[in-house]
Amino acid sequence: MMKRGWKETPIRGIILEAGSSHDYATGGWRKIKPVLDSAKCIDCMLCWVFCPDSAVIVENGKMLGFDLEHCKGCGICAEECPDKVKAITMLAEEEEEEIA
Amino acid sequence: MTAEKKAKCSTGLTGNIAVAYAMKQINPDVVAAYPITPSTTVVEEFSSYVADGAVTTELITVESEHSAMSACIGAAAAGARVMTATSSQGLALMWEMLYIASGMRLPIVMTCVNRALSAPLNIHCDHSDSMGARDSGWIQLYSETVQEAYDNVVQAVRIAEHGNLLLPVMVCLDGFITSHSIENLCVFDDDTVKGFIGEYKLNQPSLLDVEHPTSYGAVALPDSYIESRRQLAEAMINAKDVITDVAKEYEKVSGRHYGLMERYMMDDADAAIVIMSSAAGTTKVAVDEMRKRGLKVGLLKPRVFRPFPYIEIADALKNIKSVAVLDRADSYSSFGGPLFTEIRSSLYELDKRPKIISRIFGLGGREYGVQDAVKIFEELLKIKETGKVDKLYNYITVRE
Repeated sequence: MMKRGWKETPIRGIILEAGSSHDYATGGWRKIKPVLDSAKCIDCMLCWVFCPDSAVIVENGKMLGFDLEHCKGCGICAEECPDKVKAITMLAEEEEEEIA
Repeated sequence: MTAEKKAKCSTGLTGNIAVAYAMKQINPDVVAAYPITPSTTVVEEFSSYVADGAVTTELITVESEHSAMSACIGAAAAGARVMTATSSQGLALMWEMLYIASGMRLPIVMTCVNRALSAPLNIHCDHSDSMGARDSGWIQLYSETVQEAYDNVVQAVRIAEHGNLLLPVMVCLDGFITSHSIENLCVFDDDTVKGFIGEYKLNQPSLLDVEHPTSYGAVALPDSYIESRRQLAEAMINAKDVITDVAKEYEKVSGRHYGLMERYMMDDADAAIVIMSSAAGTTKVAVDEMRKRGLKVGLLKPRVFRPFPYIEIADALKNIKSVAVLDRADSYSSFGGPLFTEIRSSLYELDKRPKIISRIFGLGGREYGVQDAVKIFEELLKIKETGKVDKLYNYITVRE
């Protein structure tokens, strides 16, 4: 991203374009990461509904995984995944993804 | 001058009613306020104008001063011309929002009717409230009289909205002493005020501009925060010239001269008192008395405290032998009042600096009389003779 000097920065601290928060990667804050077991997933979309960071990637009604550039590792997806399914596991950042 | 205009120069109003009258003539889009003594009658009177349909203002009655300033900020970000008034604890409760108003560069005009801060609880005048807000990025103008309060409010709109500034402005007047005393003053007709302030247009997409969606009040982390604050500093650097220019234009329509400060009998003075607001009037009487006794004393009354006109102040004091800065607030630094420390610092660049002392006076509305000023002048003349300062920092108008 271009770094503007103070004379070129828009005053008021305003952001002149819409949707720019997508450009701001917050995934670096994460200590634990969600890992999806696609075999168990029933595409119920509960994780997508509950994710506060819109970090669940969905295409054509299928749950594909996580946008780790924006996922902060809160674990809400794993918590909300139905008890009979439990397709999401929270792993420490440095752990290998055995399931996936 | 026409007879009609002459008649308007003998209008008797209290400081607060004069401020409310100026607000009526300005007819801001939004006023959001919460009552607090001694500023209450500003908004009380203004609400009558709203009720009577004399203005088209949206008056928002809120549940606290924090909310008052918050509502002002939202309205100003939406492109409205916004005003409010407060005092003391009310200003203190606005603290968080003051910085947001200036950081978001919203040209809000607020009257601060100066009052002491608790504890002990006190409703009378001193400058502790606005002096505490001196680092919040607001321009601060101080008014000696009802006339100056009225004139400062009208000028504040133009100053705040100037394209090089876009800064909030605080117009200060002394609680009860000025706010509740009736003085004769000149007021404009409504059209003159309307013509002077002109139309206000936000120079960027506002919150309500759905064609150009923008985010206001976003987070700015270490990679961009300081750029925003540097811009604020630049606006404050520009403010001195804008305030001077607006005052010149104002003089053309009003015949009344304003600048960064007022110099009273300073040209040949040996000793001078620096003092702001209503107490300057008292001090002028003392200057006249001393002059009758053949003693060369003068008065410097800063009108603009933010930005701080350090070059002009040093220039005004460079030939003075001894100076007393009288603060109606203490900064509890054990060194001196807020006005004192900045004035002393302003003098640093001079080759020959005057002797200077700090005196705190009049806290919580304690009377400051002509004799108090005379005593200071006598002390200053003694300092001039001996070249010695006994006490750099002390209180006056206090029982020992």
